[in-house]
Amino acid sequence: MTAAPAAATRRPGLGARLANLVLPVFTGLLLLFLFSPIGVMIAFSFNDPAGRQNITWQGFTVRNYFDLWGRSQITTPMINSLLIATVSTVVATTFGTMIGLALTRFAFRGRWIMNMLIFIPITAPEIILGASLLTLWVSLGVERGFLTILAAHIMFNISFVVVTVRARLAGMNQSLEEAGMDLYADGRTTFWKITFPIIFPGILSAALLAFALSIDDYVITLFSAGHTLTFPLWVFGVSRLGIPPEVNVLGTLIFLTAFAFIGVQLWGQRRQGRAAPITLVGR
Amino acid sequence: MPQSVDVRLDHITKRFHEVVAVDDLSLEVERGEFFSMLGPSGCGKTTTLRMIGGFEEATSGTIYLGDADVTGQPPFKRDVNTVFQNYALFPHLSVFENVAFGLRRRKVAASEIVTQVGAMLELVELPGYEARKPSQLSGGQQQRVALARALINRPRVLLLDEPLGALDLKLRKQMQLELKRIQTEVGITFIYVTHDQEEAMTMSDRIAVMRAGRIEQLGNPEELYERPRTAFVAGFLGVSNLLEGDVAGGDGSLVTVKLHDGTLLRAPADGAATTGPVRIGVRPEKLRVDARAEAGASNGLNALSGTVLDASYIGVSTQYLVQTAEGHRLTVYAQNLDTAGAGELLAGGQHVQLTWKPQHTFVISGTAEHVAGDPHLTEEGESA
Repeated sequence: MTAAPAAATRRPGLGARLANLVLPVFTGLLLLFLFSPIGVMIAFSFNDPAGRQNITWQGFTVRNYFDLWGRSQITTPMINSLLIATVSTVVATTFGTMIGLALTRFAFRGRWIMNMLIFIPITAPEIILGASLLTLWVSLGVERGFLTILAAHIMFNISFVVVTVRARLAGMNQSLEEAGMDLYADGRTTFWKITFPIIFPGILSAALLAFALSIDDYVITLFSAGHTLTFPLWVFGVSRLGIPPEVNVLGTLIFLTAFAFIGVQLWGQRRQGRAAPITLVGR
Repeated sequence: MPQSVDVRLDHITKRFHEVVAVDDLSLEVERGEFFSMLGPSGCGKTTTLRMIGGFEEATSGTIYLGDADVTGQPPFKRDVNTVFQNYALFPHLSVFENVAFGLRRRKVAASEIVTQVGAMLELVELPGYEARKPSQLSGGQQQRVALARALINRPRVLLLDEPLGALDLKLRKQMQLELKRIQTEVGITFIYVTHDQEEAMTMSDRIAVMRAGRIEQLGNPEELYERPRTAFVAGFLGVSNLLEGDVAGGDGSLVTVKLHDGTLLRAPADGAATTGPVRIGVRPEKLRVDARAEAGASNGLNALSGTVLDASYIGVSTQYLVQTAEGHRLTVYAQNLDTAGAGELLAGGQHVQLTWKPQHTFVISGTAEHVAGDPHLTEEGESA
């Protein structure tokens, strides 16, 4: 048969072929734009610079990855950041979940106001929050340091947790809890056997979000820090003299950790067969 | 010997702020009964069920399960279980764990749980589905799991809140028979809430027709259909034709009612008013259409003459709309016993006579209640 392939072999015009390329090329450029800074960061973590400046490629080394652990001017801010992020995440997730539950499950006086107030730390500019906190610490006569940073981080993290958990709760069928009660589970048992497992993906999302917000916060932290250094404060400090490759190393490690978390979450969703997206607005 | 009573509601009232959802309702459900609460949305049937289950607190009144007053008790202390409207299966638990949930709470031994869950899944015809998650089941299967999850606890009473509402018509019919079979098999009292009159008629031993927080009429399906006491019940269960008149006299078992145009019709005397204005009703399938307009009321039949307005051939029957001289419109379902097809229908405009047996007539005390009595406004409550 010779007639059949005629349509298939007729080649599309040049214009059409160019048009087909627009979307892939555009997408490629956008991805390049988004990810090249991360690529550069990772690449330069393996650079072997001569002086303090890590801006031109000198040669490949993995020494940076082993050197930094003994240098307390780098590890102390990093440990501070990790501690603050961990503690503020645990505290904010616990209380934020409880507030989220209260706001969705119970009617009480002032709930409406509470719903409004909870948004303020999310919507207010960080610089304003930071400055107000500074005023607060000064007027209270509190010495600024690790604990004031921690308090500030718990403050803004709680809002994000409440909003995330509330969204998950709003999507939960309330008759599930009634069904639990109907099947001889008292309030406490119903919470731990029904409500908690169902909203757990939301709580986990909230915790990851809180951790991420805390570990890279600069503005609010700066106002509450006193003489305590966190990782972002340290990076900003040294960057005025020239960024050492250790910054790239730590940046790369944080990036990889975050990447691993996302991977685990995607895997979990795939296994559960349903999505548990990080949602910021209630339904 | 009186039957033992499983559920007793004593003057139950439920108010939501200013709205009275359930209004001074008293009710007894006997052991082993399939009892339905039937009514349009907002009639208070679901609220009543939720008060029996313990999910709503009665504003006043007392609820008894057997002899025990359970009015203030939380759901987990009541010996009742519920099949929820949307099933409310626990999405994070397998079918096995869903069904086992109640037994686990009551600390039943693990080996016993395995046996009982297996038997229960057998009963609802879902053996082998233990490991599935609810999201992997069809609507009908979820329905069965919800039923198994409640029944496995052998409650004194099983409460069902429109459990078939989300299923398609064919599956619904199948599940109706299934539910009835299971109820007979386990012998547990079922209280069933529905707005579907056919569903209630098919399964129930007794039905409470509810309206505006009160029981309009309570009885077995046949009583409700053949002897509705209010226009609302007559209209909600099937289609009915209602005519206004006054009681003109009686002779023992029958009363005579005089319509406004002077026509005399007879109806059974049981229960209904014996004086004053009444409405009398007759079901469309009890009417006989006769093309000889003046055939006369022979053999003691009730007779009305009228004009055919409309005829629709449905196959199994023919539906006529007949207007009487007085202006009433009556719906008639004529069995197509003798006709060969649509060609033999009575044409519009033809004078006919409608006849029916006095025993097939029902009497409703009092006068108009047009909205409730209009079958065309309540027809959505039934399925084809």
